[in-house]
This record gives sequence, C-alpha cells and structure tokens, in this order.
Amino acid sequence: MKSSSRQAFGYAAFLLVFTAIAAYTVANKTWWFPPLASVQGAEIDNLFMITLLLTGIVFMAVHIVLAYFVWRYRGRPQRTAAYVTHNTPFEVSAAATVALALVILVGGGTTLWTKIQSPPPDDAFTVEVWAEQFRWTFHYPGADGRMGNTDVRFISDNNPYGLDPNDPYAKDDLFASEMHVPYGKPIAVILRSKDVLHSFFLPHFRMKMDVVPGMKTRIWFTPTQSGTFEIPCAELCGVGHYIMRGVLTVEPPSTFNEWISQQTPVGMSQ
Amino acid sequence: METPNIAHAEAPVDAHHHEPHSFWSKYVFSQDHKVIAMQYMITALVMGFIGMAMSWIFRIQLAWPEHNLPFLRFLMPTNMESGTLQTPGYYMLVTMHGTIMVFFLLTAILTGGFGNYLIPLQVGARDMAFPFLNMLSYWFYFLSCVVITISLFVSTGAAAAGWTSYPPLSALAKATPGSGLGQDLWLIAIALFIVASTMGSLNYVTTALNMRAKGMTLMRMPLTVWGIIVAAMLGLFAFPALFAGAVLLLLDRHLGTSFFLPHLVLGGEHIVRNDGSPLLWQHLFWFLGHPEVYILILPAMGITSEILSNGARKPIFGYKVMVASIIAIGFLSFIVWGHHMFVSGMNPWLGFAFVITTLIIAVPSAIKTFNWLGTLWKGNIRFTTPMLYAIGFISTFVTGGLTGLFLGNSALDIPLHDTYFVVAHFHVVMGLSSVFGIFAGIYYWFPKMTGKMMSERWGKVHFWLTFIGSYGVFWTMHYLGFMGMPRRYYSYDSYQFLPLSMHALQIVITISALVVGIAQLIFVVNFLGSWLRGKKAPDNPWEATTLEWQTSTPPPHGNWGPVLPVVHRWPYDYSVPGASADFVPQTVPVEAEPSGEHHRHAVAVNGHGHTNGHGNGHHS
Repeated sequence: MKSSSRQAFGYAAFLLVFTAIAAYTVANKTWWFPPLASVQGAEIDNLFMITLLLTGIVFMAVHIVLAYFVWRYRGRPQRTAAYVTHNTPFEVSAAATVALALVILVGGGTTLWTKIQSPPPDDAFTVEVWAEQFRWTFHYPGADGRMGNTDVRFISDNNPYGLDPNDPYAKDDLFASEMHVPYGKPIAVILRSKDVLHSFFLPHFRMKMDVVPGMKTRIWFTPTQSGTFEIPCAELCGVGHYIMRGVLTVEPPSTFNEWISQQTPVGMSQ
Repeated sequence: METPNIAHAEAPVDAHHHEPHSFWSKYVFSQDHKVIAMQYMITALVMGFIGMAMSWIFRIQLAWPEHNLPFLRFLMPTNMESGTLQTPGYYMLVTMHGTIMVFFLLTAILTGGFGNYLIPLQVGARDMAFPFLNMLSYWFYFLSCVVITISLFVSTGAAAAGWTSYPPLSALAKATPGSGLGQDLWLIAIALFIVASTMGSLNYVTTALNMRAKGMTLMRMPLTVWGIIVAAMLGLFAFPALFAGAVLLLLDRHLGTSFFLPHLVLGGEHIVRNDGSPLLWQHLFWFLGHPEVYILILPAMGITSEILSNGARKPIFGYKVMVASIIAIGFLSFIVWGHHMFVSGMNPWLGFAFVITTLIIAVPSAIKTFNWLGTLWKGNIRFTTPMLYAIGFISTFVTGGLTGLFLGNSALDIPLHDTYFVVAHFHVVMGLSSVFGIFAGIYYWFPKMTGKMMSERWGKVHFWLTFIGSYGVFWTMHYLGFMGMPRRYYSYDSYQFLPLSMHALQIVITISALVVGIAQLIFVVNFLGSWLRGKKAPDNPWEATTLEWQTSTPPPHGNWGPVLPVVHRWPYDYSVPGASADFVPQTVPVEAEPSGEHHRHAVAVNGHGHTNGHGNGHHS
C-alpha cells in the first residue's frame, strides 16, 4: 500500500505539473505565431483564441479532476469502491454542454470560412503563382493591364510558363522570381502547378492553399503590414521541398510601380 | 467448414478442435486464434521497433542537422554518404516510419493481435468462426511485412512520398527518388495488408456476432469486444477504397492511365495524360485514412475501459452509453474524411459539411471521457502497470482530442495544416493513445497469454519514462506548429521567420524521443525476460470478471476444456454490495452472488435454472 500511495502521489503530481507548464507556456505565448499581417489572419487568430479558451478550460479541468481522483481514490485495503453503474442526468447534461460549446465553434468557424472563401473584392490585385520543383514564379499582367491565359500544354523552352500564343493579352506579360504586391489592396492569388503538389503558405498572413497540377486554386487576403515575408512550401513536393522558399514583399504602391516597371516582359518567341 | 453453432454443441470438444501436435501445425501454420494472435503481436512489435528506430535517425537530423552517424552507413549505404543522413534518405525514413507505425504496427496489433486473442475468449467461443481464414490472414500480413521491408533495400530507395503517398509525387519515377520500385513495393505491400486485414476483420465480426456463449448477449459483451468489432467493420468498409486507390495508382505508374494525373511538365519534360485529378487519390486515401484512426483508437478505448473498471474495482460508468458512443464514432468516422482536405483545392463549400460532421464526433468522444472519469470516481484504484497506462490513455486522448477541435474547424486549419501542430495532434491522439491502450493490454493479458507475470517494477519504469518522454516529444511539437513550422522538412536553415528558440525545442523533442526509445528497450527485456523466467501467473491475477480469466492460464487448445462457459451477468460486476468478493465473474449465477446489471438482478431471478431469464446469446 505504501507503493500505491507513492504511485498515486507521483501520478497526480505529474498531471498537475504538466498541466501547469502547458497552461503557462500557452497563456504566456512563449512560443507563438509569427507576427500577424492580414485582416483575415486577425479573424482567424480571434477564433483561435476562443477555441483555445474553451479547449484550455476542458484540458485543465479534466487533468485536475483526473489528478484528484487518482489521489483521492487510491486503493487502500479498508476501502471498497462504490457500486455506481451510470447517472443518466449527468451524462445528458455533460453531452449537452459539450454540444453547446461545439455550436459556438462551428458557428464561428463556418461564418469565418464563408467569408474567407467568398470571391475576392473587385478591386483586388491579382497575381498568378506558378509552382514547380523547387521554386515559385510570379506572373503579372504587362502594360495592357490584363493577364494572359496560361496552360501547361503550351510550355516549351521558350515559353516556360505556358502563355497562350493565341491570347493577345499574353504577349507583354511579366514573370518574376519574387512576389511583390501594392499595400492597401486585397490581394488575390491564383495558384498553378507545373508538376506535383505544392502548397502556398504565408505564415504571417495565416494563409495556405495547395497548388494542384491540372487545376487552379485560389486564395485572397488583405495585408495590414508592409514588409518582406517568406513563402515556405507546405506540401511535400520532393527532395527539395525544404528549400522551396519564396519571398513576398508588400510595399507602397509607388515603390511597387517602380519595381514592376523594372521587370522585362518574357514575351514568346514564335 | 463448420457452421458457427457447432461450437455450442454440448459434446465435449468437436472433431475440428483436435489439438495439433507437430511443430509446424502448432506454432507456424497454426489455426488456433491464440497462436495467431501471438504471431500477429510479435510481428507487429518487431515492425514497430523498426519504425521507431527510423524516427530516432530523422529526429537526430532535426535536432543536430547533418550530424555524423558513421555506424548507420552499414544500414543505409546509399543514403548515409560520408556518415550523414542525406535528403532522400530523410524522406524515405519519414515515409516508412508513418507507414509502418500506422499499418504494420498499430492496425496489426490491435485487430490481428488483441482481436484474435480476446474475441473468442471474451465471448466464450472455442476459436474463430473461420480458423483457416484466420491463419491465411496472418500469413498475408507477414508477406506484406516482408514486401515493405524489402522495399527499404532496393537500389532506388524506399518510398519517399510521405505515408499518404500523394500523386503525382508517388506516380512518377522521375518526381522523387523512392518513386521507383520502392513505391511499387509500397503499393503492393499495402494491398497485401488490406487482404490480410479483410480476412481478419470478417472473422472478428462473424465470431462475435455468431459464436457467443450461452447467456452472452450483445449487451453483455466486454467493451474490448465492442471496440474491436466496430473497428473491424470500419476496416471492412473503408480499406477497399485504399485497395482500389493502390491498384489505380499502379496503373497510372505503369500503364499510362490518368486516374490521378493531369497533363504536366516534370523537369522540362511533358508528361501527357488525360485530365486525371490528384485530388481523387486524396479522397480515396482519406476515405480509408480517417476511419483508420478510429480502427486504432476504438480497440484501444475498449481495452482502456476494461482495465480502468478492473483497476478501479468499479463497474464501467455508463456501459450502454459507452457502447452507443463506440457505434456513433464508428458511423461518423465515415463522413469526416474531407477535414484532411480543407486546403487541398477541394470545393470549399464541401469543407462546410466536413466541419460540422467532424466536430460532432467530439460529443461521443467527450461522453466517453466523462465516463472514464466517472469510472475512477469513488473507486479503489490499484496502481498496476496496466492501470497506469489506462489512466495515461485518458490524459493523452483528451490532450490530442482537444487539438482536433482546432484542426477540424476549417478556418483554423488554414494556418495549422501541414505544420507540426498536425504532427503533434495525430501522434498524441491516435499514436500515443493507441500505444497506451496497447501497452495497457499487453501488461494486462500477458499472464493469460504466457502463463507468466511481467515484472511490475520494470513495467512502472517503462511507463513513467514513456509517459513523461512522450509528452516531452509531442506536447513540445505544438509550439513548433504555432510558429508555422512546416512538417516534412529536412532542415529549416533557409527560413528566417522561425525564431531561434525552435532549435532548443527540436533538441528537447529529440532527447525525449531517445528517452522513450530507451524505455521501449526496457519493455523488450521485461517482455522476453518475464516470458522466460517470470513468476508463474495464477488463473485470474487481476481478479477480473470477464470470461478469459475463468479458464486456465494459459488457456488450453479449444479454450474451455470439455464444457463451454455459460454467462449469467454483465462483465462489470465489481464491488457489488453484498457479494463475497469485490468482483463477480460473468459465469457466476445470480442466485449465487448478487448482480447490479441494469439494476434488474438485485432481486433474485427465480425459475430459470442456470440461465438468467432474459439473456440468450445462443443463436441457433
């Protein structure tokens, strides 16, 4: 029985210490998300905090109760356990409480999801992103202001991103190895892959979308910070997956215009 | 083939169950469920050790990048040039670790191992319904293990497209090293595994439904059996989708079909295919993949429930609701697979439906958790090693289940998807929790299987190192997930957005993983040492109520001697007021000892001889 008390004490103590460390480091944000940089990200972070609060309460409550029971009901020879088979009112009310909390999470989540997945506003600035093993390339409209069609079927040595030779808007299009966007507008991104799956991840903007060969996937977001941000690939795409790093620069429109004017159209040799 | 009800014949032991005497028919091509269970368990544990050793190697790479490990050159000559782990080798290890752990360890040991051992013994049958099929199931599983192991040594390397093997990476040999013969063998091994699993599952479900002893009604089956047969049904319905996927992917790889491949350009070369979709594979994979996590967790939940009740000396709290929750979780698990695909390019409005179905699963899961706590409440807890693991299961299941509420909510999944938060979540909830269920089960049923007790002292050392070490590994990973650290990276040196403190966390994780590894070596020594020279086990060392403890230890061929057991009560009559001991076995008539089953038998039932008046599990 001495050993029983020792195990019970050790168990309860471990559960409480673990819970305390977990709760402290999370509440203290010791290791946390990268600095926030988008309107949509702020809403996601909000829902994250609500979820964290609800799940955090349950996490701590269960562990504290578990620790208490382990200690309180440790085996002793003079005791016998109570014969309790069930308690319907308790089970129903516990299930109802959980269901209620879930309604909050589902409500918040689906509302936000709808918002994020709705079509981008009309004034959004659009960039087409091409992914391939193991780099990102960014497609901008040329002087005519309209982005030409692209298709993998048109890809050749002289036409590396498959601009449509029959599309007049494609003739002056620009391709850059870095992504630049003007600050102050929503940014719409069309994602294309030449080869395998990739995933366009913007940790600061809380944005991510897989890039799938054979289809166009889309996201849009509104930056709230200017600056330079990294774009890691988030879907295993081969041996170079971990070095498939892109860069996004959000800059004032004047700086952006200067940058884009320095890019030269790749054109197409017919 | 005998009809199931022959097993209930009053004749002592029917002809089919003559004990085999040759070495081959007794230990190798055995049709005895107990031997097959041991074969499954030991093979799965060996595979699990290989899978775990793989994780040490890539964890060392993540904590101390390109650290020299010269001794590994003998094991992996092509991927360890100059003694450091190369990128292709890293991706192969990550892929094979996941594959081996999910299929070849966890699925195999929980259904093939525990399912085989416990179902006939806990429902009171002499063996499985189809003993020959059962033997075949093990040997197909063994073959799949051989194929996946051979794939580690082919010249182009093992599969390296992740355990999910998403095409096009897994479809085109040029896409990545490992997408050659290694990937073919991966697909073949998975297909063989599915054949094995299907044959096993058919047996588990049939046996539990048709071969129960007299008096063993469905609502008197131990929760272990419930967990395992619902898991087996999930396997029967879900695994065929992956089998189809594996066949189609092989066709895409070798016959130029376009199930998963559109026209694409790989390394400058046009690969002309006809508008296939990589998303189709993801749907097929996750249509299995999600039920799969419940194939692992439901048996572990059953085992845990069983052991918590025994260790607390109290009936399981809310038995009927526990059964209903298992069934509800099993059903819901088929309509949530899309939550793995919120940002895959799948129509976002589908995501809507999957958010709702996914979060609904939290309700039966929460009920189960409350009931486990309710089982401990006012108990008289014995801190045996199985009980330590069963209590640990409550903690890991809650921790990992709660993080599922983040990932199951599509908007929150956007930043967290494919980061270490996901790795943390699934390891805690389906890896750790099912491993805890497995260890609880091994320590608990080892005496029944071998006739020897495992060392409690070393069992406790094993538990504490495993419990603390595992949280060191997997709790810490959540922080890396918050930082936005993508999973499946060989190195993070190119990125500035990750704070430097992530290096310290990586080291904590790796050291914890090595501690957990050492703990498993202690387990192996304890397992083998106790088997060889452990204390002799009594017939019922845990003073348990269920049928398997009412026969001799280890049980004879045919399980019960000449007469089959008759069941008079539910399996959770612990600490019944007025009983002579704090447990009453299921075989004890209610006239002899009181029962609290549904409060019906507190008053003695009269006039029904040795049956209980309402239970009739005898199907004729």
